Amino acid sequence: MPVRVLIAEDLYLLRDGLVHLLQAHGCTVVAAVESGPELLRGLVELRPDVSIVDVRLPPTFTDEGLQAALEARKRVPGLPILVLSQHVEQLYARELLADGSGGVGYLLKDRVFNASQFMEAVHRVADGGTAMDPEVIAKLLASNSRHEPLGRLTPREREVLAAMAEGRSNAAISQRLYLSESAVAKHTASIFAKLDLAPSDDDNRRVLAVLAYLNAVK
Amino acid sequence: MLRTLARIPVVVFFAAVEAATFLVAFCLGILAIGLGMVFLFPPMVGMVRPLADRARRQARAWSGIEVAPPYLPEPPPPRPGPDGWYRVDRTLYRTPRYPAWHSRFRWLLRDPATWRDLLWLMLDPLAKLLAVPFLLVLPGPAARAYALWVRLLLGHTTASRLAGRVQHLTQVRSIAVDSQAAEMRRIERDLHDGAQARLVALGMTLGAVEQLVDRDPAAAKALLAKAREASAEALTELRRVVRGIHPPVLAERGLADAVRALAMDSPLRVSVEVDLPHRTEPPVEAAVYFAVSELLSNAARHGGATQALVDISHNGSALRVTVTDDGAGGADPAQGSGLYGIERRLAAFDGVLALHSPPGGPTTVTMEIPGVLPTPWHGMKKMPRWKTALVLGLWATAWCPLFPQGLVAACFKIFNAEHIRSWFLALYLPPAWQWPTIAFMITLGVIMYAFALLLPAAHTDEVERCRFAS
Repeated sequence: MPVRVLIAEDLYLLRDGLVHLLQAHGCTVVAAVESGPELLRGLVELRPDVSIVDVRLPPTFTDEGLQAALEARKRVPGLPILVLSQHVEQLYARELLADGSGGVGYLLKDRVFNASQFMEAVHRVADGGTAMDPEVIAKLLASNSRHEPLGRLTPREREVLAAMAEGRSNAAISQRLYLSESAVAKHTASIFAKLDLAPSDDDNRRVLAVLAYLNAVK
Repeated sequence: MLRTLARIPVVVFFAAVEAATFLVAFCLGILAIGLGMVFLFPPMVGMVRPLADRARRQARAWSGIEVAPPYLPEPPPPRPGPDGWYRVDRTLYRTPRYPAWHSRFRWLLRDPATWRDLLWLMLDPLAKLLAVPFLLVLPGPAARAYALWVRLLLGHTTASRLAGRVQHLTQVRSIAVDSQAAEMRRIERDLHDGAQARLVALGMTLGAVEQLVDRDPAAAKALLAKAREASAEALTELRRVVRGIHPPVLAERGLADAVRALAMDSPLRVSVEVDLPHRTEPPVEAAVYFAVSELLSNAARHGGATQALVDISHNGSALRVTVTDDGAGGADPAQGSGLYGIERRLAAFDGVLALHSPPGGPTTVTMEIPGVLPTPWHGMKKMPRWKTALVLGLWATAWCPLFPQGLVAACFKIFNAEHIRSWFLALYLPPAWQWPTIAFMITLGVIMYAFALLLPAAHTDEVERCRFAS
């Protein structure tokens, strides 16, 4: 069964490009809207499997899209939403993650260039996972770098932590860092021990724990 | 009583000092202006100004009347040209000594306050001696009257205040224009060296791909991957430039959340407290945002701080921002150009910056920008309804006692036409009561008109006072 997607983007070229991209990868686009109020209505009424939402939308051109997404998730807990933006802010990431229910993505618009990775993120969010932009994670780690427990991680462990925080599974991490899956498992266990987190096998819960930890240290 | 008695010798003594100073200053002035010994002019003014300043301080101490010195701001020290020489009109000088003296001389000569000081010095001994008997009899009012005299000649005139304001605004405008131009140049350079160059490279790569695509598809594919990377880099570059122009989060969320976002990105542990009832104008928000950004990065880079506190609040209609960090302190505004940049940016909005950074910390920077928030006494501008009704009622009825019952009845009496009593109340009364009633009616009418005029005026006054107090 194909994934049902809603797209909210005010620039015609980008919206059209996204529709084509998603259709080419076997998704069904149930709606493509271009303003905040339309988006909220679509999210609540159509309940798409995943929605791809631009932060800045008409009519105010402020953070209309993000507000609609947060509001929709308040009404329909866990509604999977992937937020796209020209810039990433830790502040927005925190707001999206605050309800702790997963099914959230927050990526730079540039990530669409790499279609296979982007589609992987779309599917991950649709399945209730998380997809955080590497830049958000980098900022998060950089602003926390002076704090004790993170300072104790080895460089390799930091790489694994970053990949994990982006929302990747052990299998994906092992592919990306050219490690065996058992090595990744060993690293994650060691990270959890150093950060004093309860280990968890569930990929999604694990990510949320890591992100919550990173958000809380400061 | 003893205090007032003690004032008398002081007054007499300074009357004598002023008279003596005036004689010396007069002689110096004649020599300086009449005989061209201009070098005597600055010392002459230097002699007079301390006396004038003392009189201002005394006026405040004795009667509480504030007399602000009206002098124009001192000229800045001369700056050498690009060749290291100093220029005055058409002459070049090797050292700054003469140019500095020259600009100081012009500053003293052209300031009307200099000449008003002299006039005051000539008349003041007389005024002081005149004031002595009154100071003995009515110390309070006499001190006030004397202070008003001091203010008349030593205080600001409207013209001098406006001249000072104009000079300040001219300075601020040139600073604002300068920093805007510098900003534009920086953006131009960033775009030119960054995104623009990357887009050129991208175009070249795509051109190469076009040539290779038939002959060597594998190489073309590799080049395409490179092109995609280049476009991503160009985007990153553009994002950085955009952040420097106007941070997107500021446009999307306003000052409070933008500063929170800054706090999250900072390596310091920053807590942010915001108490703002309204958003300010976007340019003010941007200035404050960049100032806080600069201060936080200063604290992390130079101060060795680990924690910081950003407090954004309002003080009447002023926006107040305090940034405190627990770093080593000892920050010197003369050395860091960052603080100077912030000051310049704030100056465009009449904002000021105060730095308190004792060695050993903590460092506190307070910025205040006046008049950018809507004031809390907004509703007071309008008069209360009962007052408005009263004023309208007075306007509507005051004519009745004044004209028909007062002046017209008086005319009838003067011209002996009392037999036409019509509706003139006074003419129905016994003759002994007629003139007092007419006088009462006229007085009543005048008082009613006076109140109708004075009530709104008093209200406006009160509002003005509140505005200055806040």
